[in-house]
Amino acid sequence: MNDQAIHVVAGKANSAQRGGIELQEITRIFAGGVAAVDGVSLSIRPGEFFTLLGPSGCGKTTLLRMIAGFETPDHGDILISGLAMQGIPPHRRAVNTVFQSYALFPHLTVAENIGFGLRMRGIARQERERRVGKIMDLLQIGSFAKRNPVQLSGGQRQRVALARALVNEPEVVLLDEPLSALDAKLRAELQIELLRMQKRLGMTFVFVTHDQHEALVMSDRIAVMNKGKLLQVGPVLDVYERPGNVFVAEFLGLSNIWPVVPKSHGAVETSIGVLVVTAPIDNARNIMIRPEKIWIYATSDAPRDRPNMFAGIVREAIYMGASTQYRIELEANQFLLAFDTNNAAAERSWQPGETVIAELKPENLMPIEG
Amino acid sequence: MVVSATPERAAPERRRRSEAQIEARARALRLWITAGPGLVWIVMFLILPSVVLLAIGFFSIGNYGNPRLPLTLEPLREVAGFSILGWSPGNLEVIFRSLLQALSAAALTILLSYPLVFFITTRRPATRPLLLLLVILPSWTNQVVRTYAWFELLGPRSGLAHAAQFLGLIPPHLGLLPGVFAMQIGLTYNYLPYMVVPLYAAAEKLDWNLVEAGRDLYASGAKLFWATVFPQTVPGLLAGLILVAVPAFGDYVVPTLLGGGKSMMIGSLIAAQFLQTPNWPYGAALTLFMLVFTAAGLIVFRVMSRRLGGDGGEAML
Repeated sequence: MNDQAIHVVAGKANSAQRGGIELQEITRIFAGGVAAVDGVSLSIRPGEFFTLLGPSGCGKTTLLRMIAGFETPDHGDILISGLAMQGIPPHRRAVNTVFQSYALFPHLTVAENIGFGLRMRGIARQERERRVGKIMDLLQIGSFAKRNPVQLSGGQRQRVALARALVNEPEVVLLDEPLSALDAKLRAELQIELLRMQKRLGMTFVFVTHDQHEALVMSDRIAVMNKGKLLQVGPVLDVYERPGNVFVAEFLGLSNIWPVVPKSHGAVETSIGVLVVTAPIDNARNIMIRPEKIWIYATSDAPRDRPNMFAGIVREAIYMGASTQYRIELEANQFLLAFDTNNAAAERSWQPGETVIAELKPENLMPIEG
Repeated sequence: MVVSATPERAAPERRRRSEAQIEARARALRLWITAGPGLVWIVMFLILPSVVLLAIGFFSIGNYGNPRLPLTLEPLREVAGFSILGWSPGNLEVIFRSLLQALSAAALTILLSYPLVFFITTRRPATRPLLLLLVILPSWTNQVVRTYAWFELLGPRSGLAHAAQFLGLIPPHLGLLPGVFAMQIGLTYNYLPYMVVPLYAAAEKLDWNLVEAGRDLYASGAKLFWATVFPQTVPGLLAGLILVAVPAFGDYVVPTLLGGGKSMMIGSLIAAQFLQTPNWPYGAALTLFMLVFTAAGLIVFRVMSRRLGGDGGEAML
């Protein structure tokens, strides 16, 4: 073993900045002149579960690779734990990555894979084995320590990849769509496990995904990206409920969006008619309502003397177990997407062809500026 | 499920089975027809001649070096080093020298191939086949011609020899041949493509994610190479080792042209029994020994590489 220990650039153990990441005006231009990442600035807090969300090709993985050190920004600075990372190669960053393909070493056993980072840093065998054993216990993978990665299932490989990163006790763990190759049930299990592990160890997790549901389930805060640009950063609830632009609104779940013409105070003109809105609408260019926030009534049951009541015909009813998704045709060929919770007896669900009244409550209508 | 063998059900069952039998026979027939010509070729031009040659190894020697009856083990004894003059280690030396030359040439091709393959695989995809072709191209010309070129290049009046004379490495008026040095150059030069090609095949499908994982896990430089790149090239390396070491062990052209009398190798020793001082039974016995020795070597090699976790380069071959 090389007795020259690798000098990992790491923050001070007691520093408040330890595990925090600052991205300052990061731009990365690929051959051909395409900006994969275009002027992204954001700060990730220590100990946070932070998600970079966006469609494929939006630059989220490139951004992650720049934090890891595999790619160099063409402009801008990256600070990890308050330390500038310019010119620092990946092997000297206090950051470990869980790769999308797991990238487990096929010629090494599970235990050897997990101990790889410690071995490269020159940690003595005994200490190494102790730490590898501990992390394997934590992730319940001790029983196949001696196996080769090819003998493992997808979920087991995922756990090994995670253990291989966590055992080094990095300040930041980078996860590049680590669950995308797993089936839905296992994926849901591992989401929870990953989250529990992060809260327990208190490390900063930067998670990349194109799956909005996954992002909502796991993150403290998310950053939505598209075409290399950062569109919105914030707590999950904020981004979902108060999207900053149409792309964010549509990417995070289903929505009804109409362009608006501000009419008078507290009301807007849309293609479905005039809508009364509670939120300030001065700068609004669009108005949005989430399908689950629409109330549906039978014509006879609809409350009177309330604003934003629209009559329509159910054109499509998709039963999804917990809820049913309706496509309701309003007047003038306008459609409305609405969810209704299936919390009552089955006969209350609406059938295609039925006439219903949809209520778009003023407080549920969200103005969008972009 | 309950299986009831009622006649109504058994009858179609039987018919189905006979259909399956006919199908299987037709498949076997097709297999024999397609493989037939190749099999005939192999039997007539490889297996039969080999059997005849090896059989000659058990005949007595005639007046003109030809095989004659009675059958005897004398040629095999001769291979082991026994003659009318008693035992001599000459043959053992030849075998040991051949093995050493072959392995050292293989080691040299490995050392040369890694940087070369790295260079080729890091070029643009369109350039790679061209560069690989340049490596392979010389091996499509006659080996004697290529080796003779080295004979001239290393000869006493060549520029290389002059340079060596000037530096005092060799006495004046002498060439860089014959000898081990020239032979190593000849073997390495001749067999380099057989190492480059399998190694390139392994390197081309290198999983760069593993290299990144290595860098992410604090490895760099030589450590990174040995931990992440080298293991991925082992199958190609093992295949190349077989492709180089086995034919180099029995090579005849290089030792004859560049090696000279003092560095006799088994290939030239065998050739001499048929071309110079004819002794067919002895030559055949030497061939038999070489065959068994090579086979044993390959088996040991396979067992060892299996133990190392590889497949003995089989996937690459």
